[in-house]
Amino acid sequence: MLRLTVVSALRRLLQAGLVVIGATFLLSLLLRLLPVGLEDLYVVGENEASRKAFAHELRLDRDPFTYYVLWLWDFVRGDLGWYVQGGGLSEPVSGRLSRALPVSLQLVFYAQAVSLVVAVPLGIFTALRAGRRSDRALSYGLFTASSIPNFVFGLLMASFFGVTLAWFPPLGYVAPTENLGEHIRSMVLPVAALSFPLIATYTRLLRTDVIATLREDYVTMAVSKGLSTRRILFSHVLRPSSVTLFTSFALNMGALIGGTIVIEQVFTIPGIGQEIGIAIFSRQFFALQSYVALIAVGFIVFNMLADIVVGFVDPRTRERRSA
Amino acid sequence: MSAVMSIRDLVVRFRTPRGVLEAVRGVTLDIPEGASVGIVGESGSGKTVLSRAAMGLLSGSNVDRSGSVTFDGAELVGLPRDHVRQHFGTGIAMIFQDPMTALNPVRRVGVQVAEGLRIRLGMSRKDAAARTSELLAMVGIPDPAAAMRKFPYQLSGGMRQRVMIAIAIACKPKLLFADEPTTALDVTVQAQILELLAGLRANLGMAMVLVTHDLGVVANNTDFVAVMYAGEIVEQAPTTELFANMKMPYTEALLKSIPTVEARPAGRLPVIEGRLPDPTDRPAGCGFAPRCSYAQARCREDHPPLVDAGNGHLYRCWFPLAAPARRS
Repeated sequence: MLRLTVVSALRRLLQAGLVVIGATFLLSLLLRLLPVGLEDLYVVGENEASRKAFAHELRLDRDPFTYYVLWLWDFVRGDLGWYVQGGGLSEPVSGRLSRALPVSLQLVFYAQAVSLVVAVPLGIFTALRAGRRSDRALSYGLFTASSIPNFVFGLLMASFFGVTLAWFPPLGYVAPTENLGEHIRSMVLPVAALSFPLIATYTRLLRTDVIATLREDYVTMAVSKGLSTRRILFSHVLRPSSVTLFTSFALNMGALIGGTIVIEQVFTIPGIGQEIGIAIFSRQFFALQSYVALIAVGFIVFNMLADIVVGFVDPRTRERRSA
Repeated sequence: MSAVMSIRDLVVRFRTPRGVLEAVRGVTLDIPEGASVGIVGESGSGKTVLSRAAMGLLSGSNVDRSGSVTFDGAELVGLPRDHVRQHFGTGIAMIFQDPMTALNPVRRVGVQVAEGLRIRLGMSRKDAAARTSELLAMVGIPDPAAAMRKFPYQLSGGMRQRVMIAIAIACKPKLLFADEPTTALDVTVQAQILELLAGLRANLGMAMVLVTHDLGVVANNTDFVAVMYAGEIVEQAPTTELFANMKMPYTEALLKSIPTVEARPAGRLPVIEGRLPDPTDRPAGCGFAPRCSYAQARCREDHPPLVDAGNGHLYRCWFPLAAPARRS
């Protein structure tokens, strides 16, 4: 049993590695497919010799495959490439990344935590009252809310809570090490904007699964043991009902790291999203390649974590996979 | 012999989009202490709804239950859920048809057996674990310590049914509802499970309601039988009396549709033609009349009352089968 688990974990790791390589190779090819040659974009100057030397330094004289292998080797070692400016290298990507990534991660973790804390009770509540007025009001409300893009929410909240009421700063970011109180205040609006659609999704997923679980014989069986409703909910209903929720949660983890781009722009938060925006507008394709590769890796890693977590939540899936 | 459970004029209605569905229509039944009572009928006859309604397991805003159910002298109908619950596990317990779906798939077997002991009897973790092991051994599970650590999907169907029985008897109930306990199992395992239930019943002095579609199972495992059709009891008698002196054509038809080893291999198995009446639109007369080979005009017009034939034998038929000579 243990050996099987190890083998299947290794196999999954190998699969994930192959997916990462496939995704980043395609990404690296895209760079070479740009209609504008990168040499013309970055390599300026009169001197033919220095032009050649710089193109060589950027590896633009290599074939796409060699270019990719060298890039991958650098990427694995943590060298994420450079920003290029005026015919020279200006700043390493890793420096800016190490400042931006923690900010985005904070945002994602807060949004996920808030969403779960709100969505789990809401999901259970609406499932227990399925079809009644309170369920219908909440479910339709959340459905409507989830169909509004989160940046619209962001802008509305920034203008109302940030400007009209002036409860929270409408934009800007304060690091927790700098001032914890201000940090929390600065995060309230962006986290709320990110959480809204997540809450709607998680609530609906959990509601559907809890309704299905409540119809199961083993819940009737638990009732016939004389357990309290609360105990039945927490020890018999919630866990088998949370598989879809956990999967969606983990996938969102990966998607959110790239998905905070717009919200970071709205609230001027110096995270990965803003860095990606800057890289796009100033045509920093090498930096962009690393950022997108990181998001892809994040997505794949969290996807794998989702599988593992689901294996713990529902032991039946473990058996099915290793079989 | 006093009754551990008395059901009086129990009516169960479901409000559905198609109209009100009367699943149980005025059932009166006593379950004597320590006795085994069979409830027989085809699918849709209301036998499962009757047993769940008697125990109070039907929930939902679209269910109406009226009449009276007393357990141990206490009225259960109209009692708040939290009070009814006090009888569950320790007074009344239930085992279900499909042991795959009735055990929680994500929790270990040991935890599921011990749960009742811990919560309902207030045992310590250690005592509950020791008792769980005893219970699993009692229901014939070969290696209780190993079984406790397994998940339900890792056990065979027969073993899962044994686990479910262990859960049901954990708090020594006075009454056990067994809803088609052997239907999902292999024939050889069926016999073992029925034997196990009979043994446990004798040891614990527990009454049992055996809900089944199989008259053969009833014949060997019960003291009394109630035959249900379209939400009503159509015949009720001590088991030996019923099989010796069948009154109701429906009961006879049920018996004839059991395959036997002696039957000619090429012979057709008799089936009861037709279907149960639509429960939202019951016919005026006897519910079985459209399918009954003895039916006459009166059967289709007047609803027959339950008639007492003596010896505790009741039947609901205008033209009951006469002497045993008529059945052959």
